[in-house]
Amino acid sequence: MANSENVKTSSAGSWKNLLRNQCFIPIAALLLLAVFNLIVDPTFFRITFGYNSAGNPVLSGAIIDIINNGSELAILAIGMTLVTAASGGQDISVGAAIAIAGSVILRVLCGGNARPETLEAPIIVAFLVACVVAMLFGAFNGVLVAYFKIQPMIATLILYTAGRSIAAWINNNELPVISDPKFAYFGGFIPGIPIPTPFFIAVACMIVVGLALKFTNLRLYTQSVGINQSSARLNGLNPELIKVMTFVILGLCVAVAGLIKVSRVSSINYSVIAKDIEMDAILAVALGGNALSGGKFSMAASIIGAFVIQCLTTTLYKYGVPATALPAYKAVVVILLVIVSAPTVREYFSTLVKKMKLKGEVA
Amino acid sequence: MEDNIVLKMRNIHKIFPGVRALQGVDFTLRKGEIHALMGENGAGKSTLIKVLTGVYGKEEGDIFLDGTEGPVAIHSPQDAQNMGISTVYQEITLCPNLTVAENMFIGRTKGTVQNWKKMNADTDRILQSLEVPARAAQQLGTCSLAVQQMIAIARAVDMECKVLILDEPTSSLDEQEVEKLFKLMRDLRAKGVGIIFVTHFLEQVYEVCDRITVMRDGKLVGEYEIENLPRVQLVSKMLGKEVDDLSDIKGEVKTFDAGKDAVPVLEAEGLVSNAGIKPFDFHINKGEVNGFTGLLGSGRSECVRAIFGADRVTGGKVKMKGKDVKIAKPLDAMKNGIAYLPEDRKVDGIVGDLSVRDNIILAQQVLKGFFKPFSKAEANKVADEYIKLLNIKTASKDTPIKSLSGGNQQKVIVARWLFTHPEYLILDEPTRGIDVGTKVDIQKLVLKLASEGMSVTFISSELDEMIRTCSRLIVMRDRKAVGELTGDELNQSTIMNTIAGGDK
Amino acid sequence: MAKTDKNTTPAGNSLGAKLMGMTDTNLLLTITVIVFFLMYIGAVVFLRGGFLKPQTFFLILNSNAALIILACGMSLVMITGGIDISVGGVTALVSMCCAVYLDYKDGNVFGAIMIALAIGLAFGVIQGLMVAYLDIQPFIVTLAGMFFAKGMTTVVNSSPFNVANEAFVALKTTRINVPGLGSVNKKGIYVPAYVEIGVLVAIVIVIVMFVLLRWTKMGRNFYAVGGNKQSALMLGINVKRTKFLSHLICGLLAGIGGFVYFLHVGSGSPSNAAGAEMDAIASSIIGGTMLTGGVGNVVGTFFGVLSLSTIQNIVSSIGFDEAWWTGITKAAMLCLFLLVQSVVMSVRKKRISAS
Repeated sequence: MANSENVKTSSAGSWKNLLRNQCFIPIAALLLLAVFNLIVDPTFFRITFGYNSAGNPVLSGAIIDIINNGSELAILAIGMTLVTAASGGQDISVGAAIAIAGSVILRVLCGGNARPETLEAPIIVAFLVACVVAMLFGAFNGVLVAYFKIQPMIATLILYTAGRSIAAWINNNELPVISDPKFAYFGGFIPGIPIPTPFFIAVACMIVVGLALKFTNLRLYTQSVGINQSSARLNGLNPELIKVMTFVILGLCVAVAGLIKVSRVSSINYSVIAKDIEMDAILAVALGGNALSGGKFSMAASIIGAFVIQCLTTTLYKYGVPATALPAYKAVVVILLVIVSAPTVREYFSTLVKKMKLKGEVA
Repeated sequence: MEDNIVLKMRNIHKIFPGVRALQGVDFTLRKGEIHALMGENGAGKSTLIKVLTGVYGKEEGDIFLDGTEGPVAIHSPQDAQNMGISTVYQEITLCPNLTVAENMFIGRTKGTVQNWKKMNADTDRILQSLEVPARAAQQLGTCSLAVQQMIAIARAVDMECKVLILDEPTSSLDEQEVEKLFKLMRDLRAKGVGIIFVTHFLEQVYEVCDRITVMRDGKLVGEYEIENLPRVQLVSKMLGKEVDDLSDIKGEVKTFDAGKDAVPVLEAEGLVSNAGIKPFDFHINKGEVNGFTGLLGSGRSECVRAIFGADRVTGGKVKMKGKDVKIAKPLDAMKNGIAYLPEDRKVDGIVGDLSVRDNIILAQQVLKGFFKPFSKAEANKVADEYIKLLNIKTASKDTPIKSLSGGNQQKVIVARWLFTHPEYLILDEPTRGIDVGTKVDIQKLVLKLASEGMSVTFISSELDEMIRTCSRLIVMRDRKAVGELTGDELNQSTIMNTIAGGDK
Repeated sequence: MAKTDKNTTPAGNSLGAKLMGMTDTNLLLTITVIVFFLMYIGAVVFLRGGFLKPQTFFLILNSNAALIILACGMSLVMITGGIDISVGGVTALVSMCCAVYLDYKDGNVFGAIMIALAIGLAFGVIQGLMVAYLDIQPFIVTLAGMFFAKGMTTVVNSSPFNVANEAFVALKTTRINVPGLGSVNKKGIYVPAYVEIGVLVAIVIVIVMFVLLRWTKMGRNFYAVGGNKQSALMLGINVKRTKFLSHLICGLLAGIGGFVYFLHVGSGSPSNAAGAEMDAIASSIIGGTMLTGGVGNVVGTFFGVLSLSTIQNIVSSIGFDEAWWTGITKAAMLCLFLLVQSVVMSVRKKRISAS
């Protein structure tokens, strides 16, 4: 008797663990989308091999689109997760900061000439300059948040408002075009490799952050600061510095995403580049089941969340939803997801299930 | 319902996920009595009160109120207020951004339009009659905590209630203010109000209460007339066993011999911080237990915070084992072998959502450095070791610390600092708001650590606890050290006199 | 504790003491109003030109009437401790729906107003329910609301067009002259100063909201909930209903603001009111509302909107007229106010803890 009860509770326990795992919701959403596509149009999963206009072997198909276009989002989600964890707020300036980083890259590469014949500087130099600039802007946000105690969303509203203007100002409102095909590698394909480069860059970022989480105290420190700043301080941590650090890391992510973005088109459009990407990045964090009020986080869940969003976008495109109407559909999905994962709703259903079980037992 | 009964709770059940918080509890409150609700932490006092005030729903049971036929339904604090139940909670439940007057009247006025002039005038009148030093138009956040608590009490009292619940209202009040509160309680009793009084201070219970209800582990132990329940019996009922632990500990006390071979561990000279204390000198020897005492707000916490670098140190010299050191921030202190268990466990101590394991290793991990994390196996080993050593009651080491009871949370924090193997351990109110059993455990631990050569500073609001554990007491008054007591001077009356400044 | 005599407490001995005695809300409001007047008077004295004409001021009002209404709603939600970033999207949706209704469906103006109110109310109710009763973070809920509204705008009609409905155009071009503040133009003809109908609506809403927040029971509940949710609950306030109401009113104001916006621009376009939510948040902050909740005032918000617009006028009139200066100026203004608020509040805190 007692034994059977034990078995029951343990199996229920493992179910519960699965349900409680942070990755459950984003993975379930991903599966749901996959099943939907499988039923409605299995060609979604077809991957074809061909040659692009430059004569390079490339893979194409919806799945490739997702891992390709989701790369920037996944990279941003990494930084956004850390910022959310440590400061309990979100950075809404990442889109504008990508515009700045992209603009800096182009400015360094072109040296003020809008249509350069050759590059004025090596790409790596341009990228490093962009990294430094983006990290400085990250530090600016971080200092406002950590030392001036301004809520992150509001502090980053400053850069959100000014960012695209600053980006335009850097290049004197010109739209430089890079003709060197090498520059397009980062957002497209490297000759001979059929998988899009952004995916490799995103994987590299994930590996770096994975190693950082494993071999440093990044997780413990950011979580402690996010959960209880005062206590973290009395345990010898410097909460302000750690918050600034997360914003600087996000700045680095922004620079990487900026490189991919400008490389994709070999140019820039200040008002369109990475538009609304901050909202997607925050959604990725939320979809990953991370509390937007900070504290504990799951990096994997955030990254999967980013790909869920991209998967949704690609699916909608595939069914002919125009780009401008996309947000409406996204909104519906987001609302469904947050309602399902809302604690009050979950509680309600669990009590409902309990009651039904009780009735079943009585019967 | 009998004539003189104002409130009756019958067979109350309340279940939280995984815990049966209340199991068939009965409670009866009569008109014009002060009724103490006693029990250890986790006994269910707060839960019972929150059920009564509509903060929590209940699974089973009925509540009867004087003047209403049949059981009443209380779904929200608003319902409770409307039925004449007003409450003052331990943590201040007022809004710091509103003015004092707004806090006094919000949530209980009729009509849609507010008459601020009348409200401000009424508030000033009430505050004056209670001698609370605050103005009606002042923003609440600019008042001291004690004043805020008095305003909360004034609000509750002004509500013409039948039942007044005071849930540990005295923890932020000084002695004069407690006296004021007691006078108020007696006045209300004379007017026929039933008062439920929850407190951890036994003296206060015996000073004002008429009747005691004791709870333990979510169950009712019994209801007693105060005359029929001596202190020792009350404690034993709360603990559920005959305690001789409390008398035991006295036997273990070894007064520290400050002889010639005393080695100073820490010496501070003219230390002062930005928290508003006067410069003070301080030293502690190897294996010594000393304490800071004084009323709340006398600066005793601020002193130890200055030693640990928790507040910004603005002047003074510190020597560790004879060598000059600079302690500007907590990390400096930790590197010099100082550990500090802060006064406010919830705000400064625990990292709520992190596991018990992470909470234990946190401080040592920070000392070790950003690039040298403990492996999972090491961390688990350490956690197991300290959970066993301090007898921490937790479901597992992965349990978030916030789901532990207060006493066990405190033990985890103690474990955290013991794991840093400090030479000098500061315990600021380690026993506040925790159950008697854990209190005794912690006192014993302090004496054991000292006998092993650790220096300990122990701060507590309860004098007898200090007398039992410390061999030297520094007395604080008005943010200044006013005396140092050792040996025979360590008795209640001498300490009280020094605190009160009776020597002048 | 020393018993201070009530009559000799800080009450106005020095300016510092006076500032200390103020509530946070009033202190921040004072700063905003002073800064606005200094800025405007400075512009009149040093820049002269257009700033000498009262009509410049009324033009600022005319073009910002909608933003004032949106920002009032935003301030209310922020005071209650939430945020609503759907207001810009709702404005775009309202203007598009009204435009389509008026021109393609031959609707009348009254019907258009009803549509505007209904859309605003619908967003307010649904978002309010989700935030208050399902306990979902307002940021996420209203973010979805913004996405939905912006997406639906293009679903309703994807290309921009001007509305030609006669009654509407008549209403749009109605000018209400302000007596005594006109100016004489180069040809010597007296040009009266005027405001549009939207400005009247905005002013009425500011007054109504001010009265609501200052003198009604419900108004103070918003502050209480924003100040400390848990305490508000214990004080006997229905926290969920209060939160719900704040979102409902904000949604309704977004509907009204949307119509006023539509009345000003006279066209339906998916790019209408782009970034309005952020302008509304920025105006609220400059007006002394804190995102942490419990502090703020719609009069401040009113001046916040005006300040934001005035500074842009000033910057462009001193020669920085490239397009990017708008964004940079706004950001600089916001940054300045945030820093001032942050410093003022921390100084206050220190003084309080020291005393």
